[in-house]
Amino acid sequence: MATNLSPDEARALRFDIEEFNTEYARILDAQDINAWPDFFTGDGFYRITGRENYDAGLTIGLVWCEGRPMMQDRAAAVKTTMVHAPRYLRHYNSNVRVIDVDADGTIHSESNYLVVETLMEEETRIFQAGLYIDEFVREDGALLLKARDCIYDSLLIPNDMVYPV
Amino acid sequence: MPDTPFIDDGSNLPLSELRWPDDDLTRIPDWIYTSEEVFQRERERIFFGETWCFVALEAEVPDPGSFKRSYVGDVPVIVSRDEDGEIHVFENRCAHRGVEFCRELRGKAENFTCPYHQWMYDLKGELMAVPFRRGDRGEGGMPKNFKLEEHNPKKLNVTTRHGVVFASFSDSVESLEEYLGPDNLEQFDVVFAGRKLKILGFYKNRLQGNWKLYHENLKDPYHATLLHVYLATFRLMVAGQKSAMICDESGRHSTMASTKDDDMVITEETASQMKAAFREGMELHDPEFLKYVEEFDSPWTVTMQIIWPNLIVQRELNTLGIRHIVPRGPHALDMYWTMFGYDDDTPEMDKHRLKQANLMGPSGYLGVDDNEAIKFLQDGFKHSYSDEGIVKLEPEKEGSTQTLISEASVRALYRHYREVMDI
Ligand code: FES
Ligand SMILES: [Fe+2]
Repeated sequence: MATNLSPDEARALRFDIEEFNTEYARILDAQDINAWPDFFTGDGFYRITGRENYDAGLTIGLVWCEGRPMMQDRAAAVKTTMVHAPRYLRHYNSNVRVIDVDADGTIHSESNYLVVETLMEEETRIFQAGLYIDEFVREDGALLLKARDCIYDSLLIPNDMVYPV
Repeated sequence: MPDTPFIDDGSNLPLSELRWPDDDLTRIPDWIYTSEEVFQRERERIFFGETWCFVALEAEVPDPGSFKRSYVGDVPVIVSRDEDGEIHVFENRCAHRGVEFCRELRGKAENFTCPYHQWMYDLKGELMAVPFRRGDRGEGGMPKNFKLEEHNPKKLNVTTRHGVVFASFSDSVESLEEYLGPDNLEQFDVVFAGRKLKILGFYKNRLQGNWKLYHENLKDPYHATLLHVYLATFRLMVAGQKSAMICDESGRHSTMASTKDDDMVITEETASQMKAAFREGMELHDPEFLKYVEEFDSPWTVTMQIIWPNLIVQRELNTLGIRHIVPRGPHALDMYWTMFGYDDDTPEMDKHRLKQANLMGPSGYLGVDDNEAIKFLQDGFKHSYSDEGIVKLEPEKEGSTQTLISEASVRALYRHYREVMDI
């Protein structure tokens, strides 16, 4: 529980973040990729990287986007240029933990994620288990991601990873 | 993780009954991608044969005591640096009962101790101690004539060039320089010019296809102009651009090279041939992304080098990386990626490389396409009525070529492969 929040404040904040993540997962499940950059601030940061990199302080990302324009370019690539077989994806998010709130209102939190993938004629499989390390800010009262670092345990990626998590 | 194990895929005919169609290099039989027997022969003759296999970048094992887990073919090995700074490669298998004893991906150690009965090996991979070697209170223990030095894990031959470490099970293999040949050595030295490397991080993925499909992919510039919509759309590689496929004499190594040309006019004819692969008018929200910072002594803005049998050296604009192929039976390969820059990169250059890394890897704008295509190929081979493919483009050539619309270097590879494999 966050050190500088009352239990009630932390609980309310956790609920807000869970609502945010539910909506975030919904657009990813729907593969509505063009809506994905809108969950971030204009200068937001997004990265997916393996836990071996994170633990060693290595900076590479499988996906590494600084600013919404880069995210829009990734969304466009997924939608129009990347060649891939059709698939269903389902995103599960849990264990939201509010860590701290800075004086400027930036909220630090973490949560677990799980992605389950189904290719059209193959068995459903767990695609990736990982941790979101997030920084949220409020713009006009609504939460937006200032940074989302997706740290996956599933180091050996099955074939490839088309969509962000 | 590949397919459900109870599904039996592809050919199980004995090797003696498999025939290459008409002894012709323009036709490739499916069984080279699906047969378990072929795979076993590849292990013996290629991965354990007269080849140099990539195992590490020196920057991954920077200090005395640094080590990493690695592979030669599918055989787990340890790459370690001893107290004197020398690099050793030995099988990750305890000489006692066979335990794969080093379990950490990489790290630092003074020695390696097998967890099962605590046999201890030094950084050179030499057996140093066996607990209760003389028994306990006069009973048990090893035979009197037991010699530690006769029980080392299998050691491999090691060579390095400009920070890249290769190993071989063969003691008679030629020098790395001879092995690569002058033209591919020259391309190798563009990326590895002796500048100290900075490791940016790692990716791993399991591709659901035969390991040779990755070689073919990088010897097939034809696909680059068609499969990779991103390349064509942003003019990173388009038919008609200055390009080359640089093969060595033997046909096993090659470098696909091209130079991006922002001013090139894509003729109506080219555009119509590429119709599905070209998104007219698509623009980047972040145009800085595809900026090329000149830093190499080379006319090419992209070189994709594949060094037989297990290394890809990737240089696409300013994104650099190596890919290490670990074959996993006929139907899968693991790809171990190490992305890097140079030690003297500025913070801006660091960031530029991190941004451009979006092009490559298991989520890359270009990486995804190839991984998908390789799975589609393997799916095509598994349960088919037809049983061969064709590689006929640019029939008058075999090996090096100047045009992207060619399969000449795929044929060169299979001439070499058939000789070594005797099939
Ligand atoms: S198996 Fe390694 S010490 Fe026994
Ligand atoms: Fe490709």
